[in-house]
Amino acid sequence: MILQGENILKQYHHNGGTINALDHVTFSVRKGDFVTVTGPSGSGKSTLLLSLFGLIRLSSGTITFDGKRIDNISDRHLTDVRKKSVGYILQSFALIPYLTTIQNVMIPLALEKIPGKEQVKRAGEILDYVGLSDRMEHLPRELSAGQQQRVAIARSIVHRPQIIMADEPTGNLDPTLSLEILDFLRKINQDNKITIMMVTHSPVAAEYGTMKLHLNEGKIVNSVND
Amino acid sequence: MTISKLVLIELWKRKSQLITGLLAITLGIAVIVAIQSVSIVSEQNVARNLDNLGANILVLPQAASIDDYYTSDIDAPTLPMDYVERILTSTIAGVDNMSPKLTRRVKVGNQSVVLTGILPKSEIASKPLWQSSGLLGAQLKTACAPSSSVNQSHGMEDEKLQRKAIDTLYSEDCLVGSQVAQRLKLSANSKINIVGKDFKVVKILSETGTVDDDRIFANLKDVQTLLKLEDQVSAIEIMGCCNAISEGLLGQLRNILPDTRITTIGQIVSTQIETNQLMKKITLVMLIIIFFVGGISIGNYIWANVNERKREIGILRMMGAERSTIYKMFLLKALILGIAGGILGFLLGTIAGVVLGPYLAGIIVKPVYIYLLWSILLSVAISLAGSLIPTYLAAKFDPHSNLQED
Repeated sequence: MILQGENILKQYHHNGGTINALDHVTFSVRKGDFVTVTGPSGSGKSTLLLSLFGLIRLSSGTITFDGKRIDNISDRHLTDVRKKSVGYILQSFALIPYLTTIQNVMIPLALEKIPGKEQVKRAGEILDYVGLSDRMEHLPRELSAGQQQRVAIARSIVHRPQIIMADEPTGNLDPTLSLEILDFLRKINQDNKITIMMVTHSPVAAEYGTMKLHLNEGKIVNSVND
Repeated sequence: MTISKLVLIELWKRKSQLITGLLAITLGIAVIVAIQSVSIVSEQNVARNLDNLGANILVLPQAASIDDYYTSDIDAPTLPMDYVERILTSTIAGVDNMSPKLTRRVKVGNQSVVLTGILPKSEIASKPLWQSSGLLGAQLKTACAPSSSVNQSHGMEDEKLQRKAIDTLYSEDCLVGSQVAQRLKLSANSKINIVGKDFKVVKILSETGTVDDDRIFANLKDVQTLLKLEDQVSAIEIMGCCNAISEGLLGQLRNILPDTRITTIGQIVSTQIETNQLMKKITLVMLIIIFFVGGISIGNYIWANVNERKREIGILRMMGAERSTIYKMFLLKALILGIAGGILGFLLGTIAGVVLGPYLAGIIVKPVYIYLLWSILLSVAISLAGSLIPTYLAAKFDPHSNLQED
């Protein structure tokens, strides 16, 4: 197992009451799985995705990644785990607007202090892989939505992470582009054996999963392994 | 790609914000540089003008009073001439010129006059009014000019210069004050007998309005021999740098001349010290204002930048940027702003000083290049101080909540 969650509880306190965004969630993900997380709005999908590597702190529960507990380690160590082992893809692409395509893709490598020439080489290869080698010097605003999401995908895999956390990666795309991106994520999953955990509203996207989790009111109500 | 490059790219892509951020710090530094550039020249001018008033320290025998010095009584106590050597060979800084004198009231015919033995060149250097009459060469040095090389201790070079100067007022030559010349009906090239020795009047000194108008000046050695006071002087007049006086020159002189009475000519010294202190106070007040205004301005700019880039901070934190990376991003930006503000402020302030100095203060202002270093250091300090709180808050941001800002 590459990722395990046990009794994950995330509570918010609001107007004197307590809301369980995640209510004792337990799951296990195998290395190389393509996990899709579905559920209605407010079911806790994104909270689950963002809490697994410390972007949201849990109220209780344990998380094990690559055989090590990460729910009780310091912010600094969690940051290090994210830097080296996790790639993120968000619905809004999350590109830095004043950086070119290749500069955006090089950021994870810069954070790992990889030498400049190596950064350029690896970012170039990844952009070639996602079909954007002719858009390297373009700013995000000069790219289409699909191209921007492919830049975000390239950025999420350039540092060779063990797992990609994708939060509604097709939420801003039309159906054709959505399928293109989903196919691409499957290709990454199969070519590179990178585990993917993807939150989605779309039943079509959910079908790409080799493991499907369905959440409702903070609880896993259905878990299917293909 | 590095974090430093990221900062440079962001600065370049948002030039208009950069200019706004730079404006306050640049103007602040420019004001300080302009004031300092004008005031340093102004201080030098004041110092030069005050030097023209003559010596400002008197070394007298312990038992002598100021009255003795001016009345030149026959019994007035004396100092050994060696004391001049002691000062010359000491390492005391701030003694710009010395004039040892032997002064006695003597009879010339039936008239009572004051005979003063002097070392001519040094005497002339401490009496600029005489210099303007064209006598005996140029002034030795100008005292008290701030930041100039004149505030050095005297060494053997000056000693030789003064000894050489003795030859310029020949034995049996004398200079006569205007009042004495009138009373004794003397003119240039007249002969005069003083205590049995004949002297030739080489020049009638122009009126100065001081006790010197009532004196006859002859070579110190001649006067010492004539009065049978070999190697003795009545007083040593010193032109001391006013800054050095305020920093303890008198105490240092007392240490090497323990059995003497050392006094300052208070008004001259206090005028210059007050002038210098006023300039320093104005600069200090400006400095404090600039520090707060500049710091708040930069802090405000960085805070606006932090808020504008909340989402970017969230993205970077999500990708594994540590808090220290966020600190580096914003403090590096503040550092660049500080350096740029310092350089631009120096250039602007120097140009303002050079252009406006002649109009506003009637003085010629030249660039003071050391201010470039101070401008950069000050500007960087202000910029970093102003950026600390916004940067701390940026590093503390919760990455998740910032990712949702869109």
